Amino acid sequence: MKWDISDIKNWSWDKHPRGAIISEPGNSEKFKTGGWRSLRPIHDQEKCVHCLTCFIFCPDSSIKVEDEKMKEIDLEFCKGCGICAEECPKDAIEMIDEMKALDEENK
Amino acid sequence: MAIENKSTVAYVGTDAVAEAMRQINPDVVAAYPITPQTAIVETFSTMAANGLVDTEMVNVESEHSAMSATIGASASGSRAMTCTSSQGLGLMWETLYIASGLRLPIVMPNVNRALSAPINIHCDHSDSMGARDSGWIQLFSENAQEAYDNTIQAIKIAENSNVYLPVMVLLDGFIISHAIERMELLEDNKVKDFVGEVNTPYSLLDPNNPVTVGSFDGLYGYYFEFKKQQEEAMKNSFSVIKEVGEDFGKLSGRSYEFFETEYMEDAEFGFLVLGSAAGTVRHHVKCLRENGIPAGMIKLRTYRPFPGKELVEATSHLKALAVMDRSDTFAGGMGGPVFMDLRSAYYDYDKKPLMTNYIYGLGGRDLSVELVQQATEEMQDIVRNGEVKQTVNYLGLKE
Repeated sequence: MKWDISDIKNWSWDKHPRGAIISEPGNSEKFKTGGWRSLRPIHDQEKCVHCLTCFIFCPDSSIKVEDEKMKEIDLEFCKGCGICAEECPKDAIEMIDEMKALDEENK
Repeated sequence: MAIENKSTVAYVGTDAVAEAMRQINPDVVAAYPITPQTAIVETFSTMAANGLVDTEMVNVESEHSAMSATIGASASGSRAMTCTSSQGLGLMWETLYIASGLRLPIVMPNVNRALSAPINIHCDHSDSMGARDSGWIQLFSENAQEAYDNTIQAIKIAENSNVYLPVMVLLDGFIISHAIERMELLEDNKVKDFVGEVNTPYSLLDPNNPVTVGSFDGLYGYYFEFKKQQEEAMKNSFSVIKEVGEDFGKLSGRSYEFFETEYMEDAEFGFLVLGSAAGTVRHHVKCLRENGIPAGMIKLRTYRPFPGKELVEATSHLKALAVMDRSDTFAGGMGGPVFMDLRSAYYDYDKKPLMTNYIYGLGGRDLSVELVQQATEEMQDIVRNGEVKQTVNYLGLKE
């Protein structure tokens, strides 16, 4: 069975799978979990040496890598734990206040 | 030893349940001993050790682990059972909700015993009543025969794909579990055919169809929707319990319904009772009838789901109805759980009998015929005077 969960927020009670069993692997990609972040990582491409330490340490696989290079942080899944910023040897990741960042975005 | 012909045996209730489990031959049993259930686990593990069943017997260190291991086994697609009593059921509390929330068709006989304190090992329905809202189906048994019959039927009810809910089979501690009774066993192959192949909703061990069990629902919140599904499954179980009860009747000559009625058609007053006390009440009601007194009784077998509408239909013609509870709710004068449920079911109906509640037998206090007679006299007073003097009564309490 192929599952489309894109409209899950509007599902009625009888549409959910019995016993909350997730019967299709990998669909967590469609289930955005970055919404409860209070700190946001900001990546500085200038300082970054692409050592990929952040990729190794990220507990949520939120570091996007392309051609063995750190490309960006996936904010739809990043929960703002700050481990990447802590581990980065070049201080290329800075944690900023999420609410302020959102306000900036909405301006 | 395999049973090839129908046989009449003298068994205690724990043997009856262990025998049913042997014939069901579950894939996994994870259990921990607790009085008065111990003999079930003991007998069954002996059967497992002697190779009479193919069951993987898991000896765990507590009832919390017993239910957890049973949940894991059931989620793996196997037919999994456990059994418990009293504090053991209490220790399973949080995992009971996991079993029903994951919609796992686990079957668990529970030998009813009082909850501490003070420590008491005797019969009382407080343990299973504490679990009445945990989403488990609850089937009460009057004697060893019914405990055996209910255990076999429970498998078919739980594993019905319109239900997929765990089922608790209740039998009264010591009164049923440790007293010898004459009962009939079915042939092994008949039970095997009746319960059929295991039907569990998915398997954790199927690499071709991977699933996630026990997912987190804290962000977007669909918990509410899943609880509604459970309630809907509980509603579906009404017809399934009925069908399985009829099918079992064809097999054994003993068919089962939500409840059993005795002399109810023309009764003026009646008793509603669960479990082993039904025998005492039935005996007394028969004696009353022989003396021309219009008494009747209902023995409630299916407590969850609660057949409220059917009970109302069966009792609304009475002038007075006494609900007998072997546990209290400590609500401050509201009475026992069965009384509260039935009274609530009556709210939507105009025609209703005067209702009283008798809380009896707590901690194994005996329910004698004399006590039922005392209640009978009070019921006759209610019929005569048309009023209830005291709604909640403690039958057999030292005063």
